[in-house]
Formats: sequence, C-alpha cells, structure tokens
Amino acid sequence: MTLRDKVFEVRAGMTVRDALRHVGLLPESVLATRKGELITEDEILREGDEVRLVAVISGGRGD
Amino acid sequence: MRQHKLALCREHFLAWVPEQTQRFIEKYRMFGPDDRILAAVSGGKDSLSLWDVLTRLGYHVDGLYIGLGIDGGVSYSAESRRLAEKFAAGHGLHLTVVDVAEVEGAAIPEAASRTRRGQDKPCSVCGLTKRHVMNRVARDGGYGVLVTGHNLDDEAAVLFGNTLSWAVGYLGRQGPVLEAVAGGLARKAKPFCRFYERETAAYALLSGIEYIYDECPFAVGAKSIYYKEVLNRMEADRPGLKLSFYLSFLEAKQHGLIARPPDGEESPLHPCLTCGQPTSAPGQCAFCRTWDQVRARQTSTAGVTKP
Repeated sequence: MTLRDKVFEVRAGMTVRDALRHVGLLPESVLATRKGELITEDEILREGDEVRLVAVISGGRGD
Repeated sequence: MRQHKLALCREHFLAWVPEQTQRFIEKYRMFGPDDRILAAVSGGKDSLSLWDVLTRLGYHVDGLYIGLGIDGGVSYSAESRRLAEKFAAGHGLHLTVVDVAEVEGAAIPEAASRTRRGQDKPCSVCGLTKRHVMNRVARDGGYGVLVTGHNLDDEAAVLFGNTLSWAVGYLGRQGPVLEAVAGGLARKAKPFCRFYERETAAYALLSGIEYIYDECPFAVGAKSIYYKEVLNRMEADRPGLKLSFYLSFLEAKQHGLIARPPDGEESPLHPCLTCGQPTSAPGQCAFCRTWDQVRARQTSTAGVTKP
C-alpha cells in the first residue's frame, strides 16, 4: 500500500480495514484505491495487490 | 458509511450525495432555486465536489478562486488554480480569480512575514484575507449567498476546539448558515456540513473530479488537523460519533442552550473607513490595517540600501 511517498507491505488475506490498522493508519483518514478504482474497507487484499491510499484529511480552514 | 449503516455502489452513491445535499439545503433554508450563488473554490475535493453537486442540482453557481501565492515546494497555489480553472472550463462555468499578490501587492507568505499577526504562521493573515475577498466579491457581484465546501469533519473539529475552550461567542455563531449582516456581510452557507470528509473525497474520486491531493504546506501541525485525528480515533471505535456530536450541538442551539448575546450586547458594526466593509473596530477593519502594515514595511524595506 502506498500513501504519498510512503510504502507499506501487508499480508494477503487481510481486509483493507485490518491492513490499515496494522500499519498504524486510521481507516477514517484515507480512501483505498486499486487499479484506479475505489475499494471498500471490507475488501480482502490478494497477493500482489497494489493499493494506493488517498489521504482525506484537509486542514487549516478555520473560517 | 458506518455512521449511516449504509453501503452503496458507485451509481447509487453518486445519486445519494446530491439528494442529501438538496435535503440539507432545504432543511437549513440555505438558498432557493432562484438565488445567485457564489462558491468559494480552492481546487480541493470539497469545494470542487460542492460546485459539481450544486450545478447538477440545477443551481446557478459561479466560482471564486483566491490565489494566495503559496508554493511550499509543490507549486500549491499554481496547481490548485489550474485545477479550479480546468473544472470551470470543463463544465462551462464562470470562475472569478482574485490573485492576492496582484491586487494587494504581496503573496500571503510574504505578507504574513511582515506582520505581527502572521509571524509564526501565515494562516491568520490568510484566513483574514480570504474572508475579506470572499465577502467583497459576493457583495459587489450581488450574490444572494456565498457557499463554502466545509464538511462535517471541518465543522466537528471547529466545534471540538471551541467546546474545549468554551468559546461561547464562536459556538453561538457556528452553524450551517450564517445570516447576512446589514451593512455588507454576505450570507454564508455550508451545504456539505453533514458529509464526512471521506464521503466528499469519495464523491470527487468516483465523479472523476481532478483535485489537488497536496495539503496546504502551512497546514502541517494545524490544530484543526489534530482535532480531526482525535475525533477520527473516537469515530473508529464509535461509528457515528462525529455526526452525533455535530447534530446534538445544532439541536442544543435550536433549543436555546447555546445562546448568542442578546441584541445590543454584541459589538456594533461600523463601515471600515478604507474599504467600507463592516467591522466591529472603529476606523479601519483588521484586513485594511494588516495590509497597510504589509505595504508600509514593503516600502521601508525597499528603501534600505546597502552601505
């Protein structure tokens, strides 16, 4: 799984949600995509999957 | 969407977001089909999705992009402007671009470094400038309402911060709609205030909206991001917590539990002597004072010559 310039290796057979927690990411803070398609948190990751994570938290908008 | 106990496919999600937006617009009486609407667009997922949704719903919405002159090694402002302009051109929509450096004489980071207000971080000068420009363009353009892409995570984070410090004045003003103030403050509305940030991001991705992924370089370490992370940790264990926090607050406000100061106890507003926009301070508004200071320091620095 990649998030910006960070790469995380996770085991096949985990759900996206479990994989995110495993690498210390809050599932609420990202969206997962595979081959350009959005995938849900209960999707099970397969061997060789490349998942791109999109950060969803934006900040600094106090007004 | 665990908070709604709802799972939707792409097609139904893309229909659900506009339906819900319309429901919020009506519930909070934000605007009607005949209103002229100005959307503040930053090139990010929330504002571009909002512009897209409102246009799909048939509203007449023009966009406003404010060029802040922030680079941060990622050409942040240049890229966000490109994406806002690309969206407008692709959808045949009108976009007003206000470049702060062109109009005021300095980009935000440079201006902030010349003021006490912005010495640590430019966010305060940036927020002040954006509010001023948004209000000016809305007022001068005769728009009935100014809409922003604030989502539920933004609102919950602000509410969280204001609750921690019991900032009653700010709590009294927070809500989906901020009414216009006689003398020149435009009406403001937040049609996405009940969508989670993941939902607006998902809408942008599924709709194929190209938006800027990079966060403002100055947002690193922002209190609002810290509050969002704290709330997301709680949300992970208690799905729906953020939504319930915000909705319970709106309900409490509706029942008068968070009252605004009685009439006459709020600072009266006067027109700024320089720009005419309403201000609580007599004389000049904070925007004009700040930018006069920036220009004065620019001139004095330019006049210094090396021996």
